[in-house]
Amino acid sequence: MVMIGNQTPPQIDEPEIEIDVQNLDFYYGKHQALHDICMSVPKGMVTALIGPSGCGKSTFLRTLNRMNDIIGGTRVEGKIVIQSKDIYAPNIDVVMLRKRVGMVFQKPNPFPKSIFENVAYGPRIHGIKNRAQLQEIVERSLVRAAIWDEVKDRLHISGLELSGGQQQRLCIARALAVDPDILLMDEPASALDPRSTQRIEDLIAELRGDYTIVIVTHNMQQAARVSDYTAFFYEGHLIEFGKTERIFTKPNNKQTEDYITGRFG
Amino acid sequence: MQKWKEKAVKLGLLGASSTSILIVLLIFFYLIKEALPFALDPGLSSLSGSLWAPTSMLKESFGILPLLTGSLLVTAMATIIAIPVGVIAAIYISEIARPAEREVLKPFIELLAALPSVVIGFFGLVVFVPLVKSVFGLSTGLTALTGALLLALMAIPTIISISEDAISSVPSSYKQASLALGASKLETIFKITVPAALSGIVASITLGIGRVIGETMAVLMVTGNAAVVTMNPLTSVRTMTATIAAEMGEVAFGSHHYRALFWVALILLGITFALNILAQKALSKYKLG
Repeated sequence: MVMIGNQTPPQIDEPEIEIDVQNLDFYYGKHQALHDICMSVPKGMVTALIGPSGCGKSTFLRTLNRMNDIIGGTRVEGKIVIQSKDIYAPNIDVVMLRKRVGMVFQKPNPFPKSIFENVAYGPRIHGIKNRAQLQEIVERSLVRAAIWDEVKDRLHISGLELSGGQQQRLCIARALAVDPDILLMDEPASALDPRSTQRIEDLIAELRGDYTIVIVTHNMQQAARVSDYTAFFYEGHLIEFGKTERIFTKPNNKQTEDYITGRFG
Repeated sequence: MQKWKEKAVKLGLLGASSTSILIVLLIFFYLIKEALPFALDPGLSSLSGSLWAPTSMLKESFGILPLLTGSLLVTAMATIIAIPVGVIAAIYISEIARPAEREVLKPFIELLAALPSVVIGFFGLVVFVPLVKSVFGLSTGLTALTGALLLALMAIPTIISISEDAISSVPSSYKQASLALGASKLETIFKITVPAALSGIVASITLGIGRVIGETMAVLMVTGNAAVVTMNPLTSVRTMTATIAAEMGEVAFGSHHYRALFWVALILLGITFALNILAQKALSKYKLG
């Protein structure tokens, strides 16, 4: 079941692959942050990226929607194939890529706009102008992000007036509003209290199946709870990748075992 | 002993910070005191005329309408020129320019902001006056438009540097969220960054207009100083500030003319005061978060 290496994994019993990462190297200037990453992210599943701080898991997450592009002096080698296209090929439209690959950040970052405008922003920039259609999208996205009931009577208030947990669900609704296939989450609950964290985890469970979710987390229990697959990163290398259940019960690698049993990290 | 010391320091700080309030109040008081007798003789109605001829041998007249329209015309035109140029330049410097470009642009803009207005006035006389004259085929280049161009030149650095501060202090998390939704860099700038910085941009514009309406030397030098009621930008006008500056030195103390000039100053103060309040209102309205 371990899917390391760029050879095609056996297809029997294997889920469909959504993101195929082949020999990915990533550099910040001269510093190499990722070394030869090969990984096949299965479609419709939740994949958790774990590892100690600075291990490259967030950097890896950001290569998947090319958010690292906005930092100057970065360089990518290797391939990331999403829906049979190499997203680092020169003819790729980053706008379309990011429409398909949504992102939720560590700190909730709603725009200083109304709740409605926060969610409508994405559809609007992708060309939807019809008010009724926008309203429909906003409602559907907020329902999907399990925040509709809390905000339906006050869609006009600023997104910044919500609590931290509500803000994060608003950000998830905002990401869902452009109808992505993949959702990247960068420690989405690390700035939240336990109850809000619980709600985000429930939400991830609900979105599973309809979206391919890749989530970075510091919290081992969280990875075990929410994910189907787990990838362990250490010092820029992908050490082990496989079904979460197996990684947490029978890791193949000594470093993985040490990390998940809390011996370092 | 320690307590007493703390009290003294507190009092000292309070005194220092109240000084500005005291000075504003004193200015108000003094202006009103000097202007007030005019209301009794020759009466306030004489201010409403459209002829400013305070030293006429036949009949003195103190109609401030031409001064008011002169100030209005020059200020409005300068504002219309300065806002787009200033705001667009600020956006360019903070969001688009490469660091090396920024390093060159910023000191020059700050230098422009620090130039004394007399020096800018000279520049206007030598460059803008002949330019306006030849472009529009006029008999003189000393026009309202020339003044507006110069004033815009003085307001632009103020607008740029304060707007630029406001725009670059917009949290990068907003921009990242926008980019991650598939917005282009320009969409992010105009739909997220600029709206988020709007309060600062409005403040910069207010300060810019404040500088424009209060500016004296440069307009005195290039607008021709003809006190006529007009809305034609290609004629000579005379602003309120230029009038005070040009005439205060030669007026007889306590005369009607002297008191009329205080009325002009009072009205000018009123306008700036109103502008400030309007700006405060605009600021609080745009602050959503």
